[in-house]
Amino acid sequence: MFTRYAALSALSAFLLASPASAEQLFWGIQAEQLEWRSGEGSEAFAWDADAFVGTDELKVVWRSEAEYATGPNSFETLENQLRLQVPVSTFFDAVAGVRYDSPDEGPHRTYGVLGLHGLAKQWFEVDADLYLSEYPSARFEVEYEGLITNRVTFTPSIELDVPLADDEATSRAAFGPKLEVGGRLSYDLLDRAIAPYVGVHWERTLGESGRLVRAEGEDDDVVSLVVGFRLMF
Amino acid sequence: MTIGLLRRASLLGAGLAAALSGAAAAGEYNLTVDRVPVDTGTFTRIGIGYNGATPGPVLRFKEGEDVTINVTNNLSEPTSIHWHGLILPFEQDGVPGISYDGIAPGETFTYRFPITQSGTYWFHSHSGFQEPDGAYGAIVIEPKKREPFRYDREYVVQLTDAHPHSGDRIMRNLKMMPDYYNRQQRTLFDFLKDSKEMGLDAALSERGAWGDMRMMPTDIEDLQGFTPLINGKSSAQNWTGLFTPGERVRLRFINSSAMTYFDIRIPGLKMTVVQADGNNVLPVPVDEFRIAVAETYDVLIQPTEDKAYSVFAESMGRTSSVRGTLATAEGMKGDVPDLRKPPLLTMADMGMAHEGMDHGSMNMSGSTHTMPDGSTMKGMDHSTMNMPGGTHTMPDGSTMKGMDHSTMNMPGGTHAMPDGSTMKGMDHSTMNMGSSDPFYAPGSGLMPAAANGGKFLSYNDLRTQKPLYPHREATREIELRLTGNMERYMWSINGIKYADAEPIRLQYGERVRFKFVNETMMTHPMHLHGMWSILDTGKGKWNPIKHVVSVAPGTTVFMETEVDAPGQWAFHCHLSYHADSGMFRKVIVEGGPEGKAAALPVKTEG
Repeated sequence: MFTRYAALSALSAFLLASPASAEQLFWGIQAEQLEWRSGEGSEAFAWDADAFVGTDELKVVWRSEAEYATGPNSFETLENQLRLQVPVSTFFDAVAGVRYDSPDEGPHRTYGVLGLHGLAKQWFEVDADLYLSEYPSARFEVEYEGLITNRVTFTPSIELDVPLADDEATSRAAFGPKLEVGGRLSYDLLDRAIAPYVGVHWERTLGESGRLVRAEGEDDDVVSLVVGFRLMF
Repeated sequence: MTIGLLRRASLLGAGLAAALSGAAAAGEYNLTVDRVPVDTGTFTRIGIGYNGATPGPVLRFKEGEDVTINVTNNLSEPTSIHWHGLILPFEQDGVPGISYDGIAPGETFTYRFPITQSGTYWFHSHSGFQEPDGAYGAIVIEPKKREPFRYDREYVVQLTDAHPHSGDRIMRNLKMMPDYYNRQQRTLFDFLKDSKEMGLDAALSERGAWGDMRMMPTDIEDLQGFTPLINGKSSAQNWTGLFTPGERVRLRFINSSAMTYFDIRIPGLKMTVVQADGNNVLPVPVDEFRIAVAETYDVLIQPTEDKAYSVFAESMGRTSSVRGTLATAEGMKGDVPDLRKPPLLTMADMGMAHEGMDHGSMNMSGSTHTMPDGSTMKGMDHSTMNMPGGTHTMPDGSTMKGMDHSTMNMPGGTHAMPDGSTMKGMDHSTMNMGSSDPFYAPGSGLMPAAANGGKFLSYNDLRTQKPLYPHREATREIELRLTGNMERYMWSINGIKYADAEPIRLQYGERVRFKFVNETMMTHPMHLHGMWSILDTGKGKWNPIKHVVSVAPGTTVFMETEVDAPGQWAFHCHLSYHADSGMFRKVIVEGGPEGKAAALPVKTEG
């Protein structure tokens, strides 16, 4: 009885809230990173991109992040997320979705995603996500676009990935974070659609995770030079 | 060819009128809506025009005639034509979804309405982004009676902002990245320069104050990268109007831009403003004036020398300019001034609501400043800010004495607020204390000044020649807060965008006082269809009569409307991308001549 009432009121709320005229649908594609990484014996393609379609009130976002090593020709990391985004404040969206990791080496993992995405004070672009599964983790990303001129931009970024439980199969240990720090200098070549850049990317695996990575025979500390371009359309 | 036909049609109309003296003249006009090339010299693209060109033809009507306008849609999408500023039956107003269904591809729609006014107006599509894409033209209506000024020749000077991107693409880019088209953001070099000028601490706190709000002092034009045109011609293509020295020339300025306010001057010539939005005003001699999007101003000039004068229009954000030429022969060119330094918004422009601003008395004490984060700063008395060595009265009655404003040099200064917090980076150096204009927030960075140090037209200078309505008290007030979220590129009224909004209901016969409170940091040209907007400049029955009322950031502006037109009307910000993303309302006028509906409203919208 109660649930029927709740469902009914939810439905009527939806009907009453339905707009007086049709909502406009927007879409876009954005690749913050689309690059060639070269450093200390490892060479790889990497990307961090998303595409969205939606309205002011609800966006469906596909986010993809990957690193494809050209030595072994395999995806070291490959991560795809399908996220729903709704505004919760002037500058922030709440995020809910699923993430599917399918690297060539190591197990595939599925997570539920809960997060916040938006613009913090002083123009810091922030992503804070909680990935829920048997092997939960938290991730915090900050990016800042520093204008040198109105076309030349220096973009520092920090990404901190913190496993909240041990997941030895993926060389991750609880609270052994992986830190990625980058700095990219770009030039808006065509409008804001294509901006080639050069930069530095530094990855460091800390704590117990670092030990697991080293045990795998890999480096827990990699500095790469990057060349790529930002895309937006 | 088509224009020839049009002229013949209007001649036919005139001839008919002569034949049937006594009966109202009936002019018949034909317009086709076409895909047309736009060539600005810097870029070419396919846009939309009328009778094969953009801008379309100048439609010349006569006050008192009945016009018939056949509009044939040659596009593959629906279109519409709105007769901007014309008083007509609402079914003829041309807004799809409000006045009619629009004009389907291949269809011809016939507009029929009486011309009950005179002056300078324009027409444009009200469908999608056809207007920014080029679908506009000018309207000149000859009055029945002699005008209170004389001139020897006249020119339409229609300003537009042609953009290489289509309207749809611009909207999508703005939604994806609201500063997509802002190429005037502050850079590292600006910061270094500021640090040198005002000291590192001050520069940092100034940057910090803006960054705290996630706003930019350069957010003056949403859309940059356009090429401004005069009558469809860029600076290089140089539109030219001819004169004989000593002649009085009437220039009918129309701003048909999608997004761009222009500051207009003719170096070397004084202009006398005689009409605003088609209505006669007491003549005002000026050196320069600002024309909001969709406004029209008629000015008289009298060049006496045998030389070329540049008609120079700079965008308000100083990202572009266009010149045309007035000369005694084709091919002559006047000097073209340089673009002036771009203005910077100040804290005064920052989404602050000035409650109870009384334009008559300029008494602003007890005003409330709503900060972007929603907190309020009450009772800051700006009126005292004009006093050298003045005192800031705080709400708790305490005062902040000895603040020496006489130097007006307080870069990065700090205002202590009653709660002990501070408002940093208020840049008083840009305050233009010399000239005050009640239509700009005190200390606004947008306050215009004439390039030659002379007179810049203010709304405050406008005084109607002939009131259209007997002056009376408004029957009620409707508050419309102009709101938005720039980061998401959402624009709204009272925090609600058009898609989610209830219509504004007016009663036929009432006189409504609209109170615009601009809570955003952008300037909004508000346009009510179908009825006149009587702008309150504190002049009672002599208040100017307009169809567009521009509301600067941080200000409150009042206008009154005699609700004398039954039906459904559009009411919106005339910046195309603001209107489209929600700063728009439907107005329903209930009652009408048959019913003479009761003018006793109860509810206040919002």
